[in-house]
Amino acid sequence: MDMRPDPLIMMTTQTAQATVAAKPKIVARNVNVFYGEKHALKDVSVDIPERSVTSFIGPSGCGKSTFLRCINRMNDTVPSCRVEGTILIDGKDIYDPALDPVQLRARVGMVFQKPNPFPKSIYDNVAYGPRIHGLSRSKGELDQIVEASLRKASLWEEVKDRLTDSGTGLSGGQQQRLCIARTIAINPEIILMDEPCSALDPIATARIEELMEELRHNFTIVIVTHSMQQAARVSQQTAFFHLGHVVEVGETPQIFTNPTDKRTQDYITGRFG
Amino acid sequence: MASWYALVAVGLFIAGYILAGSRARAVAGGDYAGMHSLPTYHGLYTASLAFLPALFIFICGSFIAGQLATYSAISALPENIQSDVLRQGAALREAINIVRGGSPAAASAEVQSAAESYGSVLSAGQWATLALGMLAGFGGLSWGLSRVSMNFRARNNFEKLVHGLLWICATIAVLTTVGIVFSVVGETYRFFFDPDIKGKPTVFEFLFGTDWNPQAAMRADQGDIQTAYGFLPLLTGTLLITTIAIVVAGPLGLFSAIYLAEYASPRMRAIAKPILEILAGIPTVVLGFFAALTVAPYIRGWGEAFGLEVASESALAAGVVMGMMIIPFISSLSDDVINAVPQSLRDGAYAMGATKSETIRQVILPAALPGIVSAFMLAISRAIGETMIVVMAAGLAANLTFNPLDAVTTITVQIKTILVGDQEFDSAKTLAAFALGFVLFFVTLVLNFIALKVVQRYREQYD
Ligand SMILES: Nc1ncnc2c1ncn2[C@@H]1O[C@H](COP(=O)(O)OP(=O)(O)OP(=O)(O)O)[C@@H](O)[C@H]1O
Ligand SMILES: [Mg+2]
Repeated sequence: MDMRPDPLIMMTTQTAQATVAAKPKIVARNVNVFYGEKHALKDVSVDIPERSVTSFIGPSGCGKSTFLRCINRMNDTVPSCRVEGTILIDGKDIYDPALDPVQLRARVGMVFQKPNPFPKSIYDNVAYGPRIHGLSRSKGELDQIVEASLRKASLWEEVKDRLTDSGTGLSGGQQQRLCIARTIAINPEIILMDEPCSALDPIATARIEELMEELRHNFTIVIVTHSMQQAARVSQQTAFFHLGHVVEVGETPQIFTNPTDKRTQDYITGRFG
Repeated sequence: MASWYALVAVGLFIAGYILAGSRARAVAGGDYAGMHSLPTYHGLYTASLAFLPALFIFICGSFIAGQLATYSAISALPENIQSDVLRQGAALREAINIVRGGSPAAASAEVQSAAESYGSVLSAGQWATLALGMLAGFGGLSWGLSRVSMNFRARNNFEKLVHGLLWICATIAVLTTVGIVFSVVGETYRFFFDPDIKGKPTVFEFLFGTDWNPQAAMRADQGDIQTAYGFLPLLTGTLLITTIAIVVAGPLGLFSAIYLAEYASPRMRAIAKPILEILAGIPTVVLGFFAALTVAPYIRGWGEAFGLEVASESALAAGVVMGMMIIPFISSLSDDVINAVPQSLRDGAYAMGATKSETIRQVILPAALPGIVSAFMLAISRAIGETMIVVMAAGLAANLTFNPLDAVTTITVQIKTILVGDQEFDSAKTLAAFALGFVLFFVTLVLNFIALKVVQRYREQYD
């Protein structure tokens, strides 16, 4: 049986090996999530280190998005959803009743699986967060934030002449980059990305991956991806989800070259999906 | 007669469906994949070919038969009755009643003979219609059957029939509207320009006159009060009451829609929404006496407590109750459009750290705006067109005022007042109702046009 991983992954993992931060930013212990009767996440315990990229991989429906949505308490907006267990950010329990989820979400930004720009102009989409959080003192400063965010999301060149056009009029891939720009604009400590590149072409994907590489020096990034190559290229840690369990979590090179669990091995060698 | 006809037509439809379907199955001999259209379509096509001509002939035939019968009844009447329009109409109605089974004994001999000729022509016409219809139906049926074959495109042809049918329905709807508009415009033209009508105002007097008193001509005892057709007090009355209604219903309706859509638990929503909709089902007469007997005295007492002069019938009472009437239009429609805003937009805003009210104000309401504007427009149209509440609660006095505590009257109320009771159709007073109707129609049209523009502008900006 050929269990050797894809040589492409082997190559790229070496570059990603660079830094593995020690201090955990997010600590999850025994997290269980229920949608009504459905038990979607089972006893998930993961540490996510500061200033690095962590990728979640796993077959469809295994609970990656669900776990991501626990980290910024987006699951609060789903009436049938119940979360048990502890999730700490910087040592503080984010499910503490005294904590304000609105403020939490300003620190933990999120890019969704499907692009969801607001029905406003491109400029207003990006300026939305800075405005509600009072991040700029003047129009000029706001302009700067908008431009910098759009540049980081590598959308600036395409939209700089039509900032007043509606954000919903952009193509799917442009919309997704707009959503990324919108999230960076509030300067969150943690950025959660749910398959951010699934609607992007290879060039835009490469730019977003560069962006993640750049951002990880200051931010903690968690990305859900179905592309093993992408996980290997951009992330330092990888967690493998399967049927609501975290089967294996570890440094990316180790997960891809030397997985300890049979299910992980089968998944990354493409034996089941 | 009509029921026989319906029976035959339905029989033709079923026969066409079954016969063509089974013939198609026989032709196919099991090879449905090699057949252009499935047997069901052959059946439907032939059934329509049999049914539609029969239906068409019924509609035309019964109309023509009725006309012919009336004509023959009139010519059976003696000269002196024929020449007098009123007596002719009365005799004709009597004759038709006899044919339909009234009491023949009471009628005069002339009417009897008219009734006989009416009855015989009518039944002959109906039999002819039935015969023609059956002929056309069987013709269509056999033609449809003859076309069943492997390659016949029954599916596409049926599609064309459906297309045609829908076109006819749409055309009838449009023509009805056009017909109503033309009749109103025509009568309005007569009101202003027909030289035979006495006591009519000029267009300028009508549009800018400040006195409305169409009744004066009828009452000799009123001495020096002049007939006047100044439309301004009616316009201000209408606008005043509508404005009050929207000021009451706009915020209440919109905010309750936001509450129902965004804050209420599913259980609360399931209870509250139907209750709000019941409000829309209360007859306006009931709301009218509620306004007149409960709200108006209350407002009056309250006003007097503050030392204000309040008429016992006031624009405020009518406007407030009218506002209650239109709350469900605004709340129910707005609730639907707010619910239709995709959840992903809410998620996007929450994930940016927006609070619930920020999300609603900055993301959801702008996205739902076109729908909300339409809801308001519908509500305003209802308010402008509402008559009963105003009649009962705001009085009939055509005061040119913007004071909500005065009695006022509206365009619709005056139309109603003018046309209640026996009227001569040719007097200036009666025709004034058409002029009012025309203006009302025009005002509503302008409002709808403005709303459309608003919606389009925001569409461009937001979609
Ligand atoms: N709002 C919801 N209500 C009920 N069940 C849900 C809801 N959201 C997710 N689930 C269920 O929870 C499980 C995990 O879903 P989740 O969206 O986390 O999967 P995923 O790993 O992100 O899959 P994908 O890769 O396809 O995005 C699925 O079985 C799904 O049916
Ligand atoms: Mg997902």
